[in-house]
Amino acid sequence: MVNENLVKDVVKEPYKYGFVTDIETEKIAKGLNEDIIRLISKKKEEPKYLLDFRLKAFKKWQKMKEPDWAGLGYKQIDYQDIIYYSAPKQKEKISSLDEVDPKLLETFDKLGIPLTEQKKLTNVAVDAVFDSVSIATTFREELAEHGVIFCSISEAVKNHSDLIEKYLGTVVPASDNYFAALNSAVFSDGSFVYIPKGVTCPMDLSSYFRINSGDSGQFERTLIIAEESSSVSYLEGCTAPMFDTNTLHAAVVELIALDDASIKYSTVQNWYAGDEEGIGGIFNFVTKRGKCLGKRSKISWSQVETGSAITWKYPSCLLLGEESVGEFYSVALTNNLQQADTGTKMIHIGPKTKSTIVSKGISAGNSINSYRGLVKMGTKAKGSRNYSQCDSMLIGDEASANTFPYIKSQQPNSEIEHEASTCRISEDQLFYLQSRGIEFEEAVSMMVSGFCRDVFNQLPMEFAAEADKLLALKLEGSVG
Amino acid sequence: MQSQMKESDPILEVENLFASTNNLPILKGVSLTVYPGEIHAIMGRNGCGKSTLSKIIAGHPSYNITNGDIKYSGENINSLEPEERSQSGIFLGFQYPIEIPGVSNLEFLRVSTNARRKFLNKEELDTFDFEELVKEKLELVKMDQAFLSRSVNQGFSGGEKKRNEILQMALLEPKIAILDETDSGLDIDALRIVASGIKKISNTQTGIILITHYQRLLDEIEPNYVHVMADGQIIKTGGSDLALELEKKGYEWTDHFVKET
Repeated sequence: MVNENLVKDVVKEPYKYGFVTDIETEKIAKGLNEDIIRLISKKKEEPKYLLDFRLKAFKKWQKMKEPDWAGLGYKQIDYQDIIYYSAPKQKEKISSLDEVDPKLLETFDKLGIPLTEQKKLTNVAVDAVFDSVSIATTFREELAEHGVIFCSISEAVKNHSDLIEKYLGTVVPASDNYFAALNSAVFSDGSFVYIPKGVTCPMDLSSYFRINSGDSGQFERTLIIAEESSSVSYLEGCTAPMFDTNTLHAAVVELIALDDASIKYSTVQNWYAGDEEGIGGIFNFVTKRGKCLGKRSKISWSQVETGSAITWKYPSCLLLGEESVGEFYSVALTNNLQQADTGTKMIHIGPKTKSTIVSKGISAGNSINSYRGLVKMGTKAKGSRNYSQCDSMLIGDEASANTFPYIKSQQPNSEIEHEASTCRISEDQLFYLQSRGIEFEEAVSMMVSGFCRDVFNQLPMEFAAEADKLLALKLEGSVG
Repeated sequence: MQSQMKESDPILEVENLFASTNNLPILKGVSLTVYPGEIHAIMGRNGCGKSTLSKIIAGHPSYNITNGDIKYSGENINSLEPEERSQSGIFLGFQYPIEIPGVSNLEFLRVSTNARRKFLNKEELDTFDFEELVKEKLELVKMDQAFLSRSVNQGFSGGEKKRNEILQMALLEPKIAILDETDSGLDIDALRIVASGIKKISNTQTGIILITHYQRLLDEIEPNYVHVMADGQIIKTGGSDLALELEKKGYEWTDHFVKET
């Protein structure tokens, strides 16, 4: 059919972040062993407990097997063929942004994340991570006035060691899974956020992750702690250049919310997805988990996943505190030969806990897009409730969409509700919009963003607009 | 029919049109000319090709023109995309308006209106200005503003959907509007509202084609011409009295015309 082909043309994806920054980097030798881990730890001048944490994780990882239960198809990863530390060369100690290599600033400028004082975004504090290191964090002084700590995790290890020692690995233990163990052994940089008691963070915090090297993995680690009655909204963005090899990105994110605290964590993931034949692209194997430790605490994940050759992530909530709330809002768009296996785990432990899951999967090309989620009601989760809604949209007739909802309940006095649907953009819908003067491409992207509306409404305002644009861009193509 | 002297050029000329879908011939030589200010009614049994004719004029991709031409303002539009036809002033009121989940009616109407305005070299409207314009047009079809914040046609009653179509016509100010069974599924009051809306929008410069089964719409909007279609052809054309005769005698009465043509 004519229209089927048109739709295929439309979803051809131009990737505008595919450039490489030509910069002198300091890389360590390929491969993974105890010496490499000691070297990373030494480079970061870490205390002994952290080196021990890494070495213990490495021992566990060596005994673990790479999981294959998601049924994803990819070539075996050679873990000895990866560089585990890569950093742009710069002066030993940087005291201000003026000393940052202009090439790096230019790179982030190009990505729409200006960092310099004159140009920086006015309402958002940014931590910019380039390969294995954090380049700069904006608005630090302003945030410090409110007692908010926002810095790279390497810096936090130096300056806030007590908090790191207390919380690191308490939400995602090193032995949690294969990739979490790997990350725990070799993690390089990432962001650290601490919101003190009673403070509402005065602005959104944001981390921007940029992979630049083709042969290095990125293993960032993020830790966010929200003390009693505090709240924060955190945004995360990611891009990478186009290489014809696959790059491994195995991150760990841990969130902790105490009594009446709330954390909103939003991601727009646009790693390079590989080309039309599925050559190249990022393997995005990420463990994200939040612990609602306190009473009436709340953790809300929202994600827009458009990039990566393979995405494998399940941002989850452990609902321990009485009346705590977990939320997961997700849009995952796959095209060409991309594979996405994403969803969430809502583990209801405390009584009267509540969770909401809204997942929207859009599959185009020959891609595979799966929702995989677990809702579990523990024995003490009396009066707890979950609502899940999983919708899939198929574009073209060669894409596939799956939904794997797992439900386990040990508490008869709890409610679990699950709704699922699958739809296709129909020729009649397209014709209707076109017959009202709306161009074909715009009609497709209008329907796609309409389909995602429930999730976009959950994103911070500017992010929602960016997500909308990103989807439109992905769906923009060579028609007419 | 007597040939008449027309003062202006025709808006729409359908010339000996043959069309098929999935290799199945639907239209078998349709000719129809509409001048500014004229109202044409097309009647006929279900499956005679009325809706197909309207979709082909609007550019539906499922139908292939196998012979003949469609001219709009003197230009052949056989190969124009549906959006180009709409932007240039061709409007199709759908028999079954389509639901678009998640897309707000207001935004849909605004994007659509701006596409037409852009073609006319008029300034495009931002949300604020557009809301002013749409409020005024809502009056024509007696629609509540609440319709604007809902998803396009989703959960609308049959009558609400049809009124939403006329609202779109009012915003797009087409040169020619083809209204496919806009009267079906409407109660008497809704029919009056829709009919009066159509009359207010049309003027001496616009052409209207009403596809209908019923005289009751034609009581409200009197056509200049009535065409009867059967088996992919227009088999009889007359004045408004033809519709009355048809109502009295039924389509069986027209069966013998088929052979004559």
